[in-house]
Amino acid sequence: MSTSAPASGRPAGGFAAILRALRYLRRYRLESLGALLSLLLVSVANLGAPQMIRIAIDQGLARGERRPVWLAVGGLVAIALGRGLFNFLQGYLAERASQGVAFDLRDALFARIQRLSFSYYDQAQTGQLLTRLTSDVEAVRTFVGSGVVQFAASAAMLVGCAGLLLWLDPVLALAALGSVAPILFVLRSFVTKMRPLFGQLQALLGTLNTTLQEDLRGLRVVRAFSAEAREMARYGETNAKLQAQNLKLVDALANNFPFVTFFSNLGTLMVVGVGGWRIFHQRLTLGELVAFNSYLAFLLMPLMTLGFLASSLSRASASALRVFELLDTAVEVTDRPGAVPLPPLQGRIELRDVRFRYAGSEREILRGLSVTLEPGQFVAVLGTTGSGKSTLINLLPRFYDVTGGAVLLDGHDVRDVTLASLRSQIGVVLQDALLFSGTVRDNIAYGHLDATREQVEAAAEAAQAAEFIRALPQGYDTVVGERGVGLSGGQRQRLAIARALLTDPRLLILDDSTSAVDAQTEEAIQGALDTLMRDKRRTAVVIAQRISTVRDADVILVLDEGRIVAKGRHEELRASSELYNDILGSQLQPARQEGAA
Amino acid sequence: MRRPGGIESLAELESDRAQRRGKVLRRLVGELRPHGRLMGVALVFILVGALCQAAGPYLVSQAIDHDIGSGDGRGLLQTLSMLFVVYAVGALAQRAQTWRVGHTGQKVLAELRRRLFERLQQLPLAWFDRRPLGDLMSRLLSDVDTLNQLFAQGLTQLLGSVLGLVGVLIAMLALNVRLALACFSLIPVIVLTTWFFASRARSAYRKTRQTVGDVTANLQEEIGGVRQAQAFNRTEKNIERFRDRNAANRDANVAAVGITSAFSPAIDLLSTLSTALVIGYGGVLVLDGRLTVGGVAAFLIYVQQFFRPVQLAASVATLMQSALAGAERIFGILDETPEPPDAPTAVALGSLKGQVVFDRVSFGYDPERPVLRDVSFHLEPGQTLALVGRTGAGKTTVASLVPRFYDVTAGSVRIDGEDVRQVTRSSLRQRMAMVLQEPFLFSGKVADNIAYGKPGATREDVEAAAKAVHAHDFITRLPQGYDSVIGEGGATLSQGQRQLLAFARAVIADPRVLILDEATANIDTRTEALIQLALGRLLADRTSIVIAHRLNTIRNADLILVMDQGAVVERGTHDELLAKGGLYADLYHQQFRDTPGKTQALG
Repeated sequence: MSTSAPASGRPAGGFAAILRALRYLRRYRLESLGALLSLLLVSVANLGAPQMIRIAIDQGLARGERRPVWLAVGGLVAIALGRGLFNFLQGYLAERASQGVAFDLRDALFARIQRLSFSYYDQAQTGQLLTRLTSDVEAVRTFVGSGVVQFAASAAMLVGCAGLLLWLDPVLALAALGSVAPILFVLRSFVTKMRPLFGQLQALLGTLNTTLQEDLRGLRVVRAFSAEAREMARYGETNAKLQAQNLKLVDALANNFPFVTFFSNLGTLMVVGVGGWRIFHQRLTLGELVAFNSYLAFLLMPLMTLGFLASSLSRASASALRVFELLDTAVEVTDRPGAVPLPPLQGRIELRDVRFRYAGSEREILRGLSVTLEPGQFVAVLGTTGSGKSTLINLLPRFYDVTGGAVLLDGHDVRDVTLASLRSQIGVVLQDALLFSGTVRDNIAYGHLDATREQVEAAAEAAQAAEFIRALPQGYDTVVGERGVGLSGGQRQRLAIARALLTDPRLLILDDSTSAVDAQTEEAIQGALDTLMRDKRRTAVVIAQRISTVRDADVILVLDEGRIVAKGRHEELRASSELYNDILGSQLQPARQEGAA
Repeated sequence: MRRPGGIESLAELESDRAQRRGKVLRRLVGELRPHGRLMGVALVFILVGALCQAAGPYLVSQAIDHDIGSGDGRGLLQTLSMLFVVYAVGALAQRAQTWRVGHTGQKVLAELRRRLFERLQQLPLAWFDRRPLGDLMSRLLSDVDTLNQLFAQGLTQLLGSVLGLVGVLIAMLALNVRLALACFSLIPVIVLTTWFFASRARSAYRKTRQTVGDVTANLQEEIGGVRQAQAFNRTEKNIERFRDRNAANRDANVAAVGITSAFSPAIDLLSTLSTALVIGYGGVLVLDGRLTVGGVAAFLIYVQQFFRPVQLAASVATLMQSALAGAERIFGILDETPEPPDAPTAVALGSLKGQVVFDRVSFGYDPERPVLRDVSFHLEPGQTLALVGRTGAGKTTVASLVPRFYDVTAGSVRIDGEDVRQVTRSSLRQRMAMVLQEPFLFSGKVADNIAYGKPGATREDVEAAAKAVHAHDFITRLPQGYDSVIGEGGATLSQGQRQLLAFARAVIADPRVLILDEATANIDTRTEALIQLALGRLLADRTSIVIAHRLNTIRNADLILVMDQGAVVERGTHDELLAKGGLYADLYHQQFRDTPGKTQALG
């Protein structure tokens, strides 16, 4: 299988994305400003400490006096308390702001994911969306919360410290700053090396995880084809690449960080050397030297912080890009301005020269369908694979918008009414019967949350599901889905049908839904559905492949290559449509198969 | 959502059963054994680094006291030269240790990943049947990731700082015992502070973990179910529900941070207080002539170095904590019993003829509740067996036993007279093909998906296989034909098309034994008829086992087994079974109730 490696690192756009993420802080203005102020006060307190040390040494120890020493100790305790308080405020406020931003981002992402159109999900990968909602938001949060505040404080500290050093002793300051300066180059080379590495690393990890996921999902295929060795090789190849990439990262770390330490130590060496030389010439006191050395440590701290921030910025900007890419994805199907609620549906369906093609595809799936279906009719749609059956029924609840023509329900263009009013009146059983983790009851009540127990059980009864539900360990309270009891395809489908029936829709749509049920079960479902349709004057559109389903339909639409090629009742089509006979052929004329064999 | 380096890690460490953690840790260390020499060398460098770290401030104090104090320019230059050497050696040692520890960690990690994947390939299918895929996936990914973080960030730092701490303690004692002991008096305060915060953080973070779980637990499902949500008009409701969980998580985090953001400042407070202590008590000692000014300067540096590992330990403990939990689960999977290996006496099946015999086969995950009971049949090469019955009757299980996806609990399955447990799995499966109920496609090209059945297949082979199952037409209509890329799970294709590809994949394998599991259920009848024509030719000299609900697809079978609740209730040919008027006849007439005349034509 080919592996697609997404393009890594787009730094320019990444920076814009980070700025945009920072704008989310606006709602947490007070917290952010408070955190910044606290951090600056912490820095001021930091700068005060070496002065206390200088006072203690020069005015106390050097002259043999105790009072300055105790003064310095008192000053240090006061500084310690102030630093503790403001450090706490800084951490707490920054976290409040960052959690707020994370909340806003996640909320917006989830809402977008819920609203994005079907066409988006034709391409999307669940794993990708999941990552954006969790680890990408987290990466952005970490940076936005503490990054900005730390950046501002580090910059202030850096400038303040350098200024203080120069004021204390310009010669010593220049010597120390000169020996520390190479750190900037080391950090820059590290960050430039890291940035592309980081993107490549994430891409490789993604590939590796895709392989793993596919192998778990396609386990039986792998085993049936004895492909374990091949899969091991495929996985091993990516694993080796990932290892090589990780080792590059280790090399970058090993080749840079020891030298950051080295140059910062070199600063101490210079201070002691040059400082000693200046003390010999009575240009400096011992206390000043020790204080100076302490300031140097305060200078190095923000330098390291800035280096760390630079690498976490490249991580955060990559994540911010991914977050905003999803947030900016247009929702194709939305309420038009001035959309009105759809009045209670009678169930008349009118297709006017409906055309459809999937985004990015050349081929038209539907090529001018026109038909009118009356309320209460039981409509069967037939066609070969790829003839456009599924597409057709997806247009009724407006899962996609037509690319030409119009779909009208009771004379209203579906694009002119609100989505909520439209979809609440249509019951849909999709091709893949999906169960959610939860009880059987929750699953049936999915579209009608305040349904009573009786209503749920009635729907299950109607969908011929009641019998097997009662046989489950906890009946309607049995937990199903990924974390619960596994149900067979037929059972899942009956739950999906019950779910659709419970919403009491005026228009019911069933896609392929009865095909995986054994003949006896289908018979039962068919009977139930039939009664329901007649009783309540529902319109039902069913994609069917079995003769037992189409036999009773009021209208059968035969689709071929995106067009309706025949329309009528079973008997009429048997007499008139060659394709219809062809499609149902083997079921109608079992003898033909015998002849062919 | 956990803050790295926070107090919560310590809280977690406490609440965990330390003993089990110790076991996991020992095993994790055991993983390093193959790299013993490299680690030994690294350890030496770590020691050298720690020595240099302790020697630096000592030399600085020497320079201040002896050289600067006495105005000895030459001596200062000498001391500074030594200091330079110490710094340089320290940097080189740090580089050497970072490199070695990092490389070892990444190699161990890659090896663990490889072994994990290998084990997953070997585990019996029954193991996977019991585990939700989503949970398994997210665990596999995050567990290895936590180990990676530990190796990448934590290990070197932890080793370095702990060893450094020892050096620092010794140097402090060497410089001045009184001041050193005075500084050590802060240790109980540190421990008490840590304990104070840890006990409060524990409950706060327990709640946070739960709210995080609430946010992420159903996310995969909610994303996968967006179509359902839109179809059932639940979008707004889902958003609202998510907002509640999201807000609860935010609030729990902020509440927990109220406690944890006090921890680091508290330790910081202690660190500044210790500076005051050094200045105060150290100052008294200097004035009494028991300590030098340089000694005070050195102590000031040592005290900072003393607190660094404490702060670091909190952050490394976070990594350590989650890494150990991850390692425990990884080892858990590695320790799972794999499928019983091929028997030592197992032989490779020669060229398969295709005789399949079930001899009184029973099977069940749980011996108490057998899924199959006493199933027997005899299939000669080239014959077709049809399995008929309701959902859950055991048809799929019968089909899964032929390629030995599961081992029987009683009786035996024999291929060409050999018990499947006595032949190698690869030789057994090599000439078998299976089309599953829900065809699985790999993301990648259409051609690659078909070629999956035959490694090294040429494009001609692929196209021939596609033509044989009438998939060629729709494939050529795809945007890039055979090179079109299929998305996750084949989302861009219809179910029928997915099934056609699965057919082509089976056909290209040119199997002697073909197993079709309900594979015809979702293809429209015309397409299915075409496929059946193709399969009719293919099945002609192949043994095949077909599961289908549609009776007309299996009328040509040589043998039909009607199954109910894991047992064979009827057997025979179509005509025999119809004549018998049992369950089969019932099922048949339900399907074809208004075409009895046509069926008569059969006979």
